[in-house]
Amino acid sequence: MVRFIGFGAGLVFVLALIIGALMPREATVEDPIKKIHLYPRHAQLSHDGPLGLGVFGTFDRAQLQRGYQVYKEVCSACHGLQRIAFRNLGDLGFTDAEVKALARAAEVPSINPQTGEPATRPALPSDHLPPPFPNETVARLANNNALPPDLSLIVKARPDGQNYIYSLLTGYDKPVPAGHDVPVGLHFNPYFHSVNIAMAKPLNDGQISYADGTEATVDQMAKDVTTFLRWASEPELEIRRQTGVATMIFLFILSILSFLTYRKVWANLK
Amino acid sequence: MSFPWANQYQPKSPFMQWVDSRLPVPRLVYNAVGAGYPVPRNINYLYNFGVLAGVALMIQIITGIVLAMHYSAHITTAFDSVEHIMRNVNSGWLIRYIHMNGASFFFIVVYIHIFRGLYFGSYKAPREMVWMLGVLILLLMMATAFMGYVLPWGQMSFWGAQVITSLFSAIPLVGDAIRTWLVGGFAPDNATITRFFSLHYVLPFVILGVVILKIWALHIPGSTNPTGVDVQGPQDTLPFHPYFTAKDGFSLTIYLILFSAFVFFMPNSLGHPDNYIPANALSTPAQIVPEWYLLPFYAILRAFTLDFLWIPAKLWGVIAMFASIILLFFLPWLDTSRVKSATYRPLYKKFFWVLFFNMFLLGYVGAMPAEEPYVRIGQIATAYYFAHFLIIMPLLSFIEKPLPLPNSIAESVFAKSGKKPVTVAAAPAAAQPAPAE
Amino acid sequence: MATTPDAMTDDADGVRRRDFIYVATGAFAAVGAAAVAWPFINQMNPSADVRALATVEIDLSSILPGQAIKTIWQSKPVFVRNLTAAEQAEADKVAAGDLRDPQTLADRTKEGNRNWLVTLGVCTHLGCVPLGASEGENKGDYGGYFCPCHGSHYDTAGRIRRGPAPKNLEVPTYAFKSPTLIEIG
Repeated sequence: MVRFIGFGAGLVFVLALIIGALMPREATVEDPIKKIHLYPRHAQLSHDGPLGLGVFGTFDRAQLQRGYQVYKEVCSACHGLQRIAFRNLGDLGFTDAEVKALARAAEVPSINPQTGEPATRPALPSDHLPPPFPNETVARLANNNALPPDLSLIVKARPDGQNYIYSLLTGYDKPVPAGHDVPVGLHFNPYFHSVNIAMAKPLNDGQISYADGTEATVDQMAKDVTTFLRWASEPELEIRRQTGVATMIFLFILSILSFLTYRKVWANLK
Repeated sequence: MSFPWANQYQPKSPFMQWVDSRLPVPRLVYNAVGAGYPVPRNINYLYNFGVLAGVALMIQIITGIVLAMHYSAHITTAFDSVEHIMRNVNSGWLIRYIHMNGASFFFIVVYIHIFRGLYFGSYKAPREMVWMLGVLILLLMMATAFMGYVLPWGQMSFWGAQVITSLFSAIPLVGDAIRTWLVGGFAPDNATITRFFSLHYVLPFVILGVVILKIWALHIPGSTNPTGVDVQGPQDTLPFHPYFTAKDGFSLTIYLILFSAFVFFMPNSLGHPDNYIPANALSTPAQIVPEWYLLPFYAILRAFTLDFLWIPAKLWGVIAMFASIILLFFLPWLDTSRVKSATYRPLYKKFFWVLFFNMFLLGYVGAMPAEEPYVRIGQIATAYYFAHFLIIMPLLSFIEKPLPLPNSIAESVFAKSGKKPVTVAAAPAAAQPAPAE
Repeated sequence: MATTPDAMTDDADGVRRRDFIYVATGAFAAVGAAAVAWPFINQMNPSADVRALATVEIDLSSILPGQAIKTIWQSKPVFVRNLTAAEQAEADKVAAGDLRDPQTLADRTKEGNRNWLVTLGVCTHLGCVPLGASEGENKGDYGGYFCPCHGSHYDTAGRIRRGPAPKNLEVPTYAFKSPTLIEIG
């Protein structure tokens, strides 16, 4: 009985599918953007270690601090980094006093204790980095109706995120292909998913002066800020890799031991 | 239960005697996963995946309980609380990455376990109940995994919930009412996340209960084995402990090595980047895809493009997706071949491998956008899926001429090595016959 | 039932080598289990954002003599009181030895800042918040704090004088960062 019902049901399913597969398809117009769009190119960042495997490798603290400088002087005008607190900046190699000073230089929303009116106060290390805009509406009004995303998770929130950020930041000078019209107010960048991005070219050679004397080329700044954003997305990266390597070594030895145990247990059978 | 030559539990210390005579849990464990459970001596590494699945379930339950201590099930705080776990909670990142990747590995292990069952005919009499409980576990796992994926309330969480709950609206007449009831509103919202959290927390314990039932059902006929020949005597079996505990221990370390590689070095490779963007009801991701372990079924859902027999294509997809799993319950009666193992079924073996690769094909199509040639490939692959179980398997039972089976398990083991059977389990049993129950 | 491998070989040397492997595997696995257990225990300890609030800075400039403020430190109430000269004299009048929890005002304040009394606002009896820090509240019979739950009276140095509380109000660890700024914790 089960077999008869099953056989019948099976025939119906197969028939529906085969007829569906044989039906002619409407001709599809290929999206012209697909031809122009480029996949991210490899950023070659030092913290991914030998061969870029991401097994060993730690962040270069100087590079993280340079990246933070790029973020602070360029990106933070439009992009928030709200999941990062000032205390987290200690990870970049800043001392406690430097972290406190960085925090104190920023203003965070508060309430005036005398009047109860909204006010601001100097930030504490426990405060999070203040957003550039108080809400989405203000952000859109200030940015030609585009919403600059918060960057706290940007590397994890984009496919191949690290290479993507690097490619996007260095991909502004590509020539616009013939036949492609860039809408008014947008900018051509083949690494962006729609190739027309609202963000204007953010980095230019020599735009900022690094305290450590590194030359501020677009490529260098892009690498630095990408490294910084990788840290912001995955602050646990270094400890994760270190724990991982230790765990792997441990498990490798344990697997050998347990294999020997297994062979010993079975030895008298073979 | 089990075989008459099974080792009997004899507590060594007076304390264990005292416990055992009052609460025979030590005896239960001894008979379930200890030396009191005789297992066919020829089972291969594929038979380790049952134990691994149990370990994977326990890993999920333990890490899940920990995550629930820090998670907040509310649309305004869910995403933030997950980031709080990742950034502030001590080792929170580790525990969440174990839980995230643990779900994927649980499915990998269970899928291998299922394919092992399909290859060696583990679903056949007298183990139908074991198989059906297994299918029930698979269904519960899928529901649990889906609801768990909604909890971080990222873009994929939200839109996944939107798409999957919309499936129910395809049901004629009552569909919309059911869908509204499921999500507790007109779209996934706070009511959805709180109920999903509640169910996501409780369902693993339901799974655990079904697992216990499954082990119970398994211990009546005992495990199958690669020859598919029944156990005939003590020379065919070895006690579970220490022989298979040692083997399982070794395979567990290999499992943990592969698992750790993902947890520590590519924790997000099995997930989708869009789920690190907070849910936004006004913006749909470029492409909505479920977690990889649901992709084949997602492909089946999308394979129907034709309103056929007055049933709209959308409803066909929903029916087919549920049917693709429900039909597994009937597998023991769809395949009537008396031979269990595909080793001795030359035709079935070929179709088995076609099905195996067909599942990968379905998974690939499920990950691709709904455009040609993927739609047609998906349709053919889905057609094969149903044809395999509903048409080919019943017919094969009549057509196929199986190869000659070995006379016994022991013979098949020792024919290869050319040695004489060393029946370690038999010796003590023969010397001191087990007392009758 | 003896089907464990120990019963199967009588080769003495083999037994010893085999035992070594078993013990080594078991010990290694136990170490691994302990290492895994730690993160699962430690996750219940205060998280990084909570630890970041372990210290707070309090500005004293707006507290006039005779006034007190309530603030929060480590999720507990803290009373900061600017003692008047009369209140300090009142506290010094009592011989410390006569008290239930013998301490002088000098023990409970900082050198050079005897007027600043910083205590937890947690009654040492059963943890209620005593009254007396805000204007108009009952300060108890000794002019300090009064716990309404079970009637503990604290004096102007926050010392227990009457009622069930066993100890003086606790003075947290704090330091003056400037004459008008203290850091608690």
